[in-house]
Amino acid sequence: MSQVLIEIKQLSKRYPAQGKSSAGMLALEHIDLHVPAGEVFGIIGHSGAGKSTLLRSINLLERPTSGSVLIDGVEMTELSNKELQKQRSKIGMIFQHFNLLSSATVFDNIAFPLRLHKTPADKVKAKVNELMRLVGLEEHRDKYPAQLSGGQKQRVGIARALANDPKVLLCDEATSALDPQTTNSILELLLQINRNLGITIVLITHEMHVIQSICDRVGVIHGGKIVEQGPVVDVFLKPQHPVTKEFILEESHHEELQPWTSFKTQAGDSSRVVKINYLGDVTYQPVLHRVLSEAGIEFAILQGTISRMKDTPYGQLVVRLDGEATTLQAALEALVKLGLDVEVIA
Amino acid sequence: MVFGIDFSEVNWSEVSQASLDTLNMLGFSVLFTFIIGLPLGVLLFLSGKSSHWAVKVMYSLLSLIVNVLRSVPFVILMIAILPFTKVLIGTTIGVKGAIPALVIAAAPFFARLVETSLREVDRGVIEAAQAMGASTWQIVRKVLLPEAMPGLIAGTTITAVTLISYTAMSGLVGGGGLGDLAIRYGYQRYETSVMIIAIAVMIVMVQILQWIGDRFVRRYTRK
Repeated sequence: MSQVLIEIKQLSKRYPAQGKSSAGMLALEHIDLHVPAGEVFGIIGHSGAGKSTLLRSINLLERPTSGSVLIDGVEMTELSNKELQKQRSKIGMIFQHFNLLSSATVFDNIAFPLRLHKTPADKVKAKVNELMRLVGLEEHRDKYPAQLSGGQKQRVGIARALANDPKVLLCDEATSALDPQTTNSILELLLQINRNLGITIVLITHEMHVIQSICDRVGVIHGGKIVEQGPVVDVFLKPQHPVTKEFILEESHHEELQPWTSFKTQAGDSSRVVKINYLGDVTYQPVLHRVLSEAGIEFAILQGTISRMKDTPYGQLVVRLDGEATTLQAALEALVKLGLDVEVIA
Repeated sequence: MVFGIDFSEVNWSEVSQASLDTLNMLGFSVLFTFIIGLPLGVLLFLSGKSSHWAVKVMYSLLSLIVNVLRSVPFVILMIAILPFTKVLIGTTIGVKGAIPALVIAAAPFFARLVETSLREVDRGVIEAAQAMGASTWQIVRKVLLPEAMPGLIAGTTITAVTLISYTAMSGLVGGGGLGDLAIRYGYQRYETSVMIIAIAVMIVMVQILQWIGDRFVRRYTRK
């Protein structure tokens, strides 16, 4: 797990000036990223934040202005055209709009990357059949992309990306053109590929939901810079940057949720408003009730969520605790001891 | 007598010979136009996308040549290149003598049609092929040409139809074929009947070409 597969150092990309305007546009600014082998790494950002440019810098579809891209020990920016083509075949990529050959059948689309490298016909057939089974498209072998649904097209895209047994799979907004149900089935397939085949995945998205369902770590990109990165649970439960907070609020149906600070008025002489984060197995245990009832503290839940992030259950509650200041303090310490993350809001 | 025109004076064997000559000119000129125009169109497309200054200069140059050849009316072009035809073929008359002018006029036209169809190919598909490690040559052969196939066939049909009218014009300088026949009988001898038949045969040829072309376009359209 710990071996670093993708290492990006001080990566910058400046688009040349159009016409007389002086400086051009700085799309990426000193990006540092590393992705260990076997990880699912997500990059989230608004459109125009630079996430697409960053993803395309990994296989050099976009040539960075400066900086280094190291994949499995190979410095991509220093390769000749021919060597670059060879390295690219080991990096799969899928796209928001699938980008399949409309003139080729499902079989021929999946066979395309194999035939680029002059694979013998019998091997092509065996490999394509195996891939069609993996993504569940056996019965659509001879159909053309125009006859397939969005989800099926993306499955063809995934099978095609896996044809050359890549170590890395790059996903460019792979689910943004799909409905929620199809999105989930594609995300599930990606997770399955990551686990069963051990393929490292780097994806870009503007949906927190995607990050939350399959990513191990996340980087938040804004204005061409990575403003925050870390394990998804950490970033999700304790976002630091305003953009990150915005994404999380969007995800959690902001029309229903109020900012935590709006509960400040609930606090008084003998009551405190507290935000409690649960993480892992403790989420499903009755710790809050046990500790508070032992201390003789009454509580009211003001707002809360219990959900999962990839495999990790988590919860987030805003509660008002009513009791003596000293007993309150002792109870809060007891909760911390049990593994909860407690933050007094007011 | 039909509509007051006497068809009895028509020499039918001459008509069929002229039709064969026209088909010959058409076949060879379409073939050479395709062989020259297709790579030229691909080159125009590829060089038109580049941001490299040397390639940009090449594109402008190619584009200029293509535009110059396309803006000269065929009747004039045909006469202007007679010395060149003489050197290349050894004669300037008959079926053989007509072909260089036809190709020089049609190839730039076809190249533009090719360039336009290639521009219609989804940029994302090209990017996907690049991401899979395809070389430029592989992208041309395995992505651009198959994806643009319906457009290329339609372009070939348009070019072939245009070439039928060009072959008729080449009758002016002794090119042979139906155009030659129509001019000799209809214009120089006032035998309207032969001219009408020559026109009718050409209309049938255009109809058949268009029909075949449309069928192939439909067969290769997957969208």
